Amino acid sequence: MPDYTAPLDDMTFLLQDVFDVEKTFAVLPGYEEVSAELAASVLEEAGRFCAGVLRPINQSGDEEGSRLDNGVVHTPKGFKEAYKAFVDGGWSGLSSPTEYGGQGLPRTVQILVDEMLSASNLSFGLFPGLSRGAAEAIEAHASQALKDQYLPKMVAGAWTGAMGLTEGTAGSDLSLVKATAKPRDDGSYTVTGSKIFISSGDHDMAENVIHLVLARLPDAPPGTKGISLFLCPKYLVNDDGSLGARNAVNVGSLEHKMGIHAQPTCVMNYDDCQGWLVGEANRGLNAMFTMMNAERLFVGVQGLGLADASYQTAANYAKERKQGRAPGAKESGMIIAHPDVRKMLLTMLSFTEAARALTVFAALEMDKETAHPDPEVRKRAAGLVALLTPVIKAGFTDFGFEATVLGQQVLGGHGYIREWGQEQFVRDARIAMIYEGTNGIQAQDLVVRKLGLDGGAPVRTFLAMVTETIAEGRQVAAARDTAAALDEALEALESVTTRLTTGTNADPLEQNAAATDYLRMFALVTFGWLWLRMTLVVVAKGDAATPHEKRKIEIARFFSSRILPQSLSLGSQICSGSAPLMAIASEAF
Amino acid sequence: MKILVPVKLVIDSNAKARVKPDQSGVDLANVKLSINPFDEISVEEAVRLKEAGKVSEVVAVTIGVAKAQDALRAALAIGADRGILIQTDEMVEPLAIAKLLAKVAEAEQPGVVILGKQAIDDDSNQTGQMLGALLGWPQATFASKVDLSAEAVEVTREVDGGHQTLKLTLPAIVTTDLRLNEPRYPSLPNIMKAKKKPIETKAPADYGVDVTPRLKLLKVGEPPARSAGIKVKTAGELVEKLKSAGAL
Repeated sequence: MPDYTAPLDDMTFLLQDVFDVEKTFAVLPGYEEVSAELAASVLEEAGRFCAGVLRPINQSGDEEGSRLDNGVVHTPKGFKEAYKAFVDGGWSGLSSPTEYGGQGLPRTVQILVDEMLSASNLSFGLFPGLSRGAAEAIEAHASQALKDQYLPKMVAGAWTGAMGLTEGTAGSDLSLVKATAKPRDDGSYTVTGSKIFISSGDHDMAENVIHLVLARLPDAPPGTKGISLFLCPKYLVNDDGSLGARNAVNVGSLEHKMGIHAQPTCVMNYDDCQGWLVGEANRGLNAMFTMMNAERLFVGVQGLGLADASYQTAANYAKERKQGRAPGAKESGMIIAHPDVRKMLLTMLSFTEAARALTVFAALEMDKETAHPDPEVRKRAAGLVALLTPVIKAGFTDFGFEATVLGQQVLGGHGYIREWGQEQFVRDARIAMIYEGTNGIQAQDLVVRKLGLDGGAPVRTFLAMVTETIAEGRQVAAARDTAAALDEALEALESVTTRLTTGTNADPLEQNAAATDYLRMFALVTFGWLWLRMTLVVVAKGDAATPHEKRKIEIARFFSSRILPQSLSLGSQICSGSAPLMAIASEAF
Repeated sequence: MKILVPVKLVIDSNAKARVKPDQSGVDLANVKLSINPFDEISVEEAVRLKEAGKVSEVVAVTIGVAKAQDALRAALAIGADRGILIQTDEMVEPLAIAKLLAKVAEAEQPGVVILGKQAIDDDSNQTGQMLGALLGWPQATFASKVDLSAEAVEVTREVDGGHQTLKLTLPAIVTTDLRLNEPRYPSLPNIMKAKKKPIETKAPADYGVDVTPRLKLLKVGEPPARSAGIKVKTAGELVEKLKSAGAL
């Protein structure tokens, strides 16, 4: 089984040199005392925990899988103990508010720990990830009584969270939700319905599971404006906080999946169970959407984490695998000498390091959005976060999946053999392109909603930042090639953006036909921007730059000459419009 | 009772050590450094004794460059209460370290000093023994079990051929072996608290100790590359080869 090393050097470089997070934290109330040094210590220990505790049960967990026995879910060997260690270590409340027992650290630190969790054991990482999402929704919308009753235990990790959204006939389109909720005399509700694809729906690692369930009240209007959110615990909670009777929150079956086998993805039956309304009646989707950006950032980072895990194995393998002769060589050499192998590794690496930079950028904007005292800064940050969320979710999981396939390819036949672990990353990475809003939905969100947000202010802000970095790059010899390539890609992106947002071309058919290509193009330009920014930082550091940092200048050149030009062909694909897609009749498929 | 735990920042056990081009030492630039694993075991043992109510304070001390305080932070994150950094840019040899630690021990008056049996960078395995001699305190090295009471400490040692149990009157010196315990992963709240725990910075001169090296380092080199082996066809040929190589 391959080892995992948390990319601490890269994370420290981003936090300290590229984004100087300490300076931002210093003006964010609540985060003033978070130094880059503290962040580095937290990440170092988190990395040790992930590598030492979670990675060793990743492959065994995949092979054994979670299983359902008489309605009770059993997680694979070692998961219960690992979860206890995780909770005892205080990791579940890392970014949760201190008033509920959390450590109150910024999201920027949390998201890098999320990357490590995803890289070392995605099935495991989903447990705390979903608990945090549920806790955030409760914190933002539930009554004070519900918060006091549930949040301390959820923040501590003693209880976990689950999201009951999807139904058999209500997936991407939640307006079709059928589950119902009827008021009881005591102010609570009777929730009835069946949900599918419920991650962490039930398990044996914690004493209670708190479900947030979307359902309709008796008098609810049809469609999305008639959906409410309910808190349904597996065990009812007594007034003194102790656990009471079992609630009728039952596991129908476990989904049989391609990957994340250790994660119990449940069919849940809410059989007239007792629930409590979270937020206002008929405003359930709004309550869910307040934490959607954070959840989608987390899913994007899963693509990044798995790509890095796969890269680490592939790079080590390529340096040790003797096979084939380099041109002119008399003996067989290591496969790292072959340009094609290098191209695969560099494709992976130029994605992961740019994606990690974008992760820190976006999370820092999220922290500003939440905590910055200046409303103008908060507004600008909120716009950038809204714009970049679908790019990160879909971009990272698409490129991340492709990276895991390359990481498998580098190992040749061994990449297809389970013991090496590379095929598991491929299978596990696949889901992130689908859940939390498919990547097609993300692309639609970017083109239809986000480009037009606030009169197009966020996208203009973003493109202006890229333009500014290009101008800087042109002044620096080592960055000139990268800046020139980015300029060309940016021009193409701007032209397509105009085409999709103005005049007659902004019609839904045209936008939808362009969406996934446009998102990919947008992601490529964003990565190119971050490569240029990182190049400039490394050049400015001069001799103080570490070897890890210095090599970034060459990776940036690889990216801008071998990967970024793909954005130009995506631009011309988009310009062919929707006609080639709509020409043949539906019956002809 | 107080416990003093000396700790050292060393090249990480997973990092690849490279010799400096001028053979003056190991290149530590851009290499991951961590607390010496044996010292981590010492800190863990001391913190466990504190958690068991047998000890009131755990003090970690390190001697070295400013960055050496990373080892103190690691000790504080496991649960040590405060740290002392004796800062110097000199290469400090075990004897000078032992002299400094003796002074710290005189000032702090610990019931027990728990040290790692050796540091994984130079593998000297000398400091604990020298410290015992300088202080005139009893010592038990290579501990695999430590049982502390108010007046004495019973230590099971790993020795050739088995275990030996010694009972030492306090104050005493204990050096730890690998199997004494398995250090915990520091908890997130403790990592955050560690940043706020006090670290006192001192200089060797504050203790009146001269740390000038007494040994002369001639050169540091990579182990010589092994030459290729040969295959023999028969046992007789093997014996011949061994004889001609002077091995038999």
